[in-house]
Amino acid sequence: MAVLNEEQTMLKDQAEAWVKEVAPVRAFRTLRDSGSDKGWDPAVWSAMVEMGWTGIVVPEAQGGSDLGYLTFGVLLEQTGRELTASPLLASALIGASALRLGGSDAQQRDWLPGVVDGSTVLTLAVDESNRHAPTRTAMKAEKAGDGFKLTGTKTLVPEGGEATAFVVPARTSGKPGDEDGITLFLVRGDSAGIERQRLATFDARGYANVSFDGVEVGKDAVLGEVDGGFGLLDAVLDRARAGLAAEMLGTASAAFDMTLDYLQTRKQFGAVIGSFQALGHRAAALYSQKELTRSCVEAALEALDKDADDAAQLCSLAKGKAGDFLFNMSNELIQIHGGIGMTDEFDAGFYLKRARAVESLYGNRAFHRDRYATLLGF
Amino acid sequence: MSTANQDLEAFRAEARAWLEENFPKSLAGRASEYMAMEGGKELTGEARTWVERLAERGWGTPTWPSEYGGGGLSASQAAVLQEEMRSAGAFNPIPLRAGMGVTMVGPTILEYGTEEQKQKHLPPIARGEVRWCLGYSEPNAGSDLASLSTRAEDAGDHWVINGQKVWTSGADISDWCGALVRTDPKAGKRDGISFLMFTMHQEGVETRPIRLISGASPFCETFFNNARADKTDLLGPLNDGWTVGKRLLQHERASQTGAMDTGGRPAPLQELAKRYVGTDESGQLADSDLRSRLATHLMESKAHSLTLSRVAAEARGNPNVSAAASILKNTATNVAQTRAELTLEVMGHQGLAWEGDGFTEEEVNAVQSWLFGKAMSIYGGSFEIQYNIIAKNILGLPETTQKG
Repeated sequence: MAVLNEEQTMLKDQAEAWVKEVAPVRAFRTLRDSGSDKGWDPAVWSAMVEMGWTGIVVPEAQGGSDLGYLTFGVLLEQTGRELTASPLLASALIGASALRLGGSDAQQRDWLPGVVDGSTVLTLAVDESNRHAPTRTAMKAEKAGDGFKLTGTKTLVPEGGEATAFVVPARTSGKPGDEDGITLFLVRGDSAGIERQRLATFDARGYANVSFDGVEVGKDAVLGEVDGGFGLLDAVLDRARAGLAAEMLGTASAAFDMTLDYLQTRKQFGAVIGSFQALGHRAAALYSQKELTRSCVEAALEALDKDADDAAQLCSLAKGKAGDFLFNMSNELIQIHGGIGMTDEFDAGFYLKRARAVESLYGNRAFHRDRYATLLGF
Repeated sequence: MSTANQDLEAFRAEARAWLEENFPKSLAGRASEYMAMEGGKELTGEARTWVERLAERGWGTPTWPSEYGGGGLSASQAAVLQEEMRSAGAFNPIPLRAGMGVTMVGPTILEYGTEEQKQKHLPPIARGEVRWCLGYSEPNAGSDLASLSTRAEDAGDHWVINGQKVWTSGADISDWCGALVRTDPKAGKRDGISFLMFTMHQEGVETRPIRLISGASPFCETFFNNARADKTDLLGPLNDGWTVGKRLLQHERASQTGAMDTGGRPAPLQELAKRYVGTDESGQLADSDLRSRLATHLMESKAHSLTLSRVAAEARGNPNVSAAASILKNTATNVAQTRAELTLEVMGHQGLAWEGDGFTEEEVNAVQSWLFGKAMSIYGGSFEIQYNIIAKNILGLPETTQKG
């Protein structure tokens, strides 16, 4: 199981120091208060590009470092700790993975350098209702001349407001619910017929609903196989789930540290409140959950790097367990801090809101419980 | 390949060749038959030959130093040996034959014992010839172990022990006992305790097995009426037995994390569920509520086993018992108890099995495990005591309103 190598440990230390200094929760608060609907700070994004973070899962031939998913997870855990907002997960992990796994040589050559230098923000637009249900894809992709015409609406697209391009699963045949008949398309954000509705969500990120009204794309926009895109989509989604789980582990671990610090310093009834057994036992339970979650997240990322047979299972496990831990932790963060936890001035609310938001992305806990059972054959 | 890996592969070849030559083929895959033997004093035939050969080579206690009957192997070599034994269908019955000797008493003697004590006690444990039990809990000293009152008085050339222990596993079939006893009644609670070792084959020791909610059990009540311990069998410093005893408990927790290979794994719970509950036309378990809870349990179980491997990987080359053992004991307990409850739920009416023709052996066993499993969150430091330990030792929370 995962013991970080020298390079990963170095990156972790570098990321930890950088995030704390340049992109801490304080900076996220400023961003939120500025009312910016972009969802991230361009200077933060440029710095990430500068440090090579956008090329971690990109082949060296396309300007990346090809260090793999476990390494990427190390970074996301650190950005998760401080709630750093950026397109790192959406574009550099998920968008890049779609190209890496499904892109032809030409597509990789055309698109990946832009993802690596940060000029392209490529995001996956998958959900179409208020639920994550990739097999239910209904968006139409009709043959039009040499290419296709896309019609339909994608909901809660991460970084959908600013994305310069989308990976869009659409239906070329079959009906919602079928795995067959789904095709993935690469669509430029400035294509005629695309409309974006920016969403004001409580975690203050750059989501949008994106509608496609007869958007025309050439046949070179097809990523992978026509009608046979579900396997590719599922593989990309698993990378999204494991990456997000790493971020969630960081978010929950930071909330744990804040809570532990409070338990060690806050005094009531003449004693530090951490000396009360009712609280000590809750802290112990959360600590156990933290350790279990780390094992699941690292195992999922490693399985992706090794292309292991049980990778899908482990990615559902990671997203599910990270969801459990983050849900409990973000609620205990507020409860144990008491009244101060309820104030906007304190950071606890940011963690609670982020926890609830990421639960919705790429499958909630119920989705992954169901998927885990299905993958285990019951 | 690194030199270390080359050495390990060379050792693998050596272990494989040795097993090929020494492990009786007739015993292959029959671990459960021999491992479950209670007491098992009289080994005969090939099983006896196997234990003797294993002991001769020191591989019953592979990581112990060879001068005390061990194999002198590194932790990585021992892991390789275990892998090779598994693939040959071989097994190591010595730890079970020695009771608490291999897992707990031995490592503690290695750490605290005098040279004479090591020479005297370790080789018989390593050969699986002497079975040990532990005298810890008393009727009035459970979670609050340090309040124990069994006393040992200095009688010149030996100690005289009086009092009662309880939950002494295997006391009725053990040859030796390691016990925490009070040697200075005037000292503070934790300061007047010593760790004594003595033979169970003497007049002043009486054992009485305890019947549990699950039926017969390995647990006993053990009474000391002027029992005797040699002066040379005091382990560690006089009146500092609490430190020795606590260290031994760390070894106990490490042995209760589910990391020990018990051989023969039970069938996956989901297969049992499909058999008893049935599936719908899409192949899903017919009871959707049970399906969801079963998935939750299997995910927790996987998270626990992934954590075991992670802790093992991170601890490689580090001989200290990891602090994380406290977490793992509770998660292992949670997983096992939930599994037992779900198993009975899956079996439905058949999960009421006690004995007789109305039930299968599988059903009777499931009920036994369910009942006996309730002890998991009590023995070896209860669930709550483990949480006290995590809060205090790992999280650094102060101990002002909690004890333990």
